[in-house]
Amino acid sequence: MKKGTPVYEFSKGIWKDNPILVQLLGMCPTLAVTSTVINGVAMALAASFVLIMSSLIISSLRKIIPSSVRIASFIVIIATFVTLVDSFLKAYFYDISKSLGPFIPLIIVNCIILGRQEAFASKNTVKMSVLDAFGMGAGFFLSLLVLSSVREIFGFGTWFGIQVMPDFFKPWTIMIMAPGAFFTLGIMLGVYGIFKMKKSKGV
Amino acid sequence: MELILLFISFVIVNNFVLSQFLGVCPFLGVSKKIDAAFSMGLAVTFVMSITAVASWAVNNFVLKRFGLEILEYVVFILVIASLVQLVEMFVKKVSPPLYRALGIYLPLITTNCAILGLALLISLKEYNFLQGLVMGIGGGIGFTLALVLMAGIREELEAADIPEPMKGAGITLIIAGIMALGFSGFAGLIK
Repeated sequence: MKKGTPVYEFSKGIWKDNPILVQLLGMCPTLAVTSTVINGVAMALAASFVLIMSSLIISSLRKIIPSSVRIASFIVIIATFVTLVDSFLKAYFYDISKSLGPFIPLIIVNCIILGRQEAFASKNTVKMSVLDAFGMGAGFFLSLLVLSSVREIFGFGTWFGIQVMPDFFKPWTIMIMAPGAFFTLGIMLGVYGIFKMKKSKGV
Repeated sequence: MELILLFISFVIVNNFVLSQFLGVCPFLGVSKKIDAAFSMGLAVTFVMSITAVASWAVNNFVLKRFGLEILEYVVFILVIASLVQLVEMFVKKVSPPLYRALGIYLPLITTNCAILGLALLISLKEYNFLQGLVMGIGGGIGFTLALVLMAGIREELEAADIPEPMKGAGITLIIAGIMALGFSGFAGLIK
């Protein structure tokens, strides 16, 4: 795949430049809200929406925003969309909004979003930026899905609230606590490292 | 007495990094060397204490008074960004050696979620002025503690034999997990 083609800009976020596993960005919500799959998925969707919308707006305004105040402008645009998402969740999904707590407003300082604006959307066309945002959002979504699935299955014995583990399985409480989050993500990075090593040896 | 308990709770029991997952990015990024970790911790503690005061004031005197709570997020992040800028200018003018020591860490603080998280938690829990200030200082010291401990371990780690795929971030996260486990042992300290 060549750099600069639409397919490349979309797919790089999913595996090669995955925001969580490679760039190690946006760690706080990743670790904090993934004790159940539903929370992880909700967080990923909310953050992806903010990322896509901000990329759209910022790449269209990239010639107007002066570079000396660009960071402040990006943050204000991002914060506006986060306020939108927050009000939406409060109105239609009150339980989810309650359990995500301060982590919805904290999307504002999620480095994935600001990082993509600074590194990509402020320099590329609208079409490419939106594709890039979709790719990064998808990569974020998949990482959170895997992480929260592992934690919920071992921590509660359920997946999306449905019992998947046999009755004699005793839930590992540690998986839903803070240390479990660190351990699971650490092991995920290790597994990713093994895949990458195999690939680089094969080529 | 209540304030002292609150302070201890934010330094150890409700440690910002290890139990609330706020400020994990700098925790992983700036924990390679003890000196750098300590400077970063100091800068964060300083900004957190001022942010606690400023965001409390803005929230109570401006936003609540005029019914503008919907603008909370936009206003908080702007307050933090301008505070960091002000602190940077002030430190540069008053103490150039300190400015050089803090260097690139100061601007990075704007996107540290511990700072915005602090402002949001103070407003969410409806803390009064003193409680907010104690939370800011305690949270900052807790952050410094976690960061310096991690940097100390990582300096030793350079001599250790780590499996290839786990090198770097992987092993750091596992260590963070063990540290979080250790810190959760304090959980019964404060009810």
